[in-house]
Amino acid sequence: MSQNRTSMELDDDRAIVISRTFNGPARIVFDAWSKPELVKRWWAPRSIGVSMVSVDADVRVGGAYRYVLKPAGGDEFAFSGKYTEVTPHSRLAYTMVYEPQASAGEVIVTVTFEERDGKTHLVSHELYPSKEVRDIVIETGMEKGMLITMDQLDELVASLASG
Amino acid sequence: MIETFTALAEPNRLRIVELLRGGPHAVNAIGAALGLNQPQVSKHLRVLKEARLVEVEPRAQQRVYGLRAEPLRELNQWLERYRRIWAERADQLDELIEELKSAEQEDRDGRRKIRRRKR
Repeated sequence: MSQNRTSMELDDDRAIVISRTFNGPARIVFDAWSKPELVKRWWAPRSIGVSMVSVDADVRVGGAYRYVLKPAGGDEFAFSGKYTEVTPHSRLAYTMVYEPQASAGEVIVTVTFEERDGKTHLVSHELYPSKEVRDIVIETGMEKGMLITMDQLDELVASLASG
Repeated sequence: MIETFTALAEPNRLRIVELLRGGPHAVNAIGAALGLNQPQVSKHLRVLKEARLVEVEPRAQQRVYGLRAEPLRELNQWLERYRRIWAERADQLDELIEELKSAEQEDRDGRRKIRRRKR
């Protein structure tokens, strides 16, 4: 139905980058992404039976948010965090903790909204914590900016599956 | 999981993995095929081995490295699940944006009517 594709890429330093163009101005996309009553309408992956129990968000620097979800027949679980940057209609940054595994640390999410011709290109950059990964990165002096695309990975997996 | 993609994100390591798709290779053969010296190859192979992406088998006097498919499959499955969640969220967000756009338009139209009536 929609011609806009959601793309997902892996960044070399423990990040996942999701991007997508939406058919609306940044003002609307930003609100839909951040206002609690609107987040409640789209954030839950409904097709796998997960519903949104509640969304609380105090969208300002230092403000907290908490999204509570519930899988069909399962127990509620929550994601929560704090906003570290709020620039209306163009940029948001916040920490994110998956509460059932809070000890794993927090993910740092940076979302940018770029409007062009009435459409908005959104990029969500999720930076994952991991000491092991960091150590490997330091040890090997990894080059920056290298991306592995899903296509590359698909190809690898397909070739291995057939081999 | 993250270990797998970190290991693969380095260009030379990805090249090694692609080379090993063709079958197991000895360390010196990998170096020769990719134009890397032996210490470089060993360093990359060590990272790939820690990520369980390659396994070593001693063959005659040589150490031969082969690819293990399992971590790649696991990574792919995990990413695919996550990608699907985001594709669904984006579609749901699309619908909401359409709705907000038409609500805004109706609001503007409504206000225009009121202004017109006032005149």
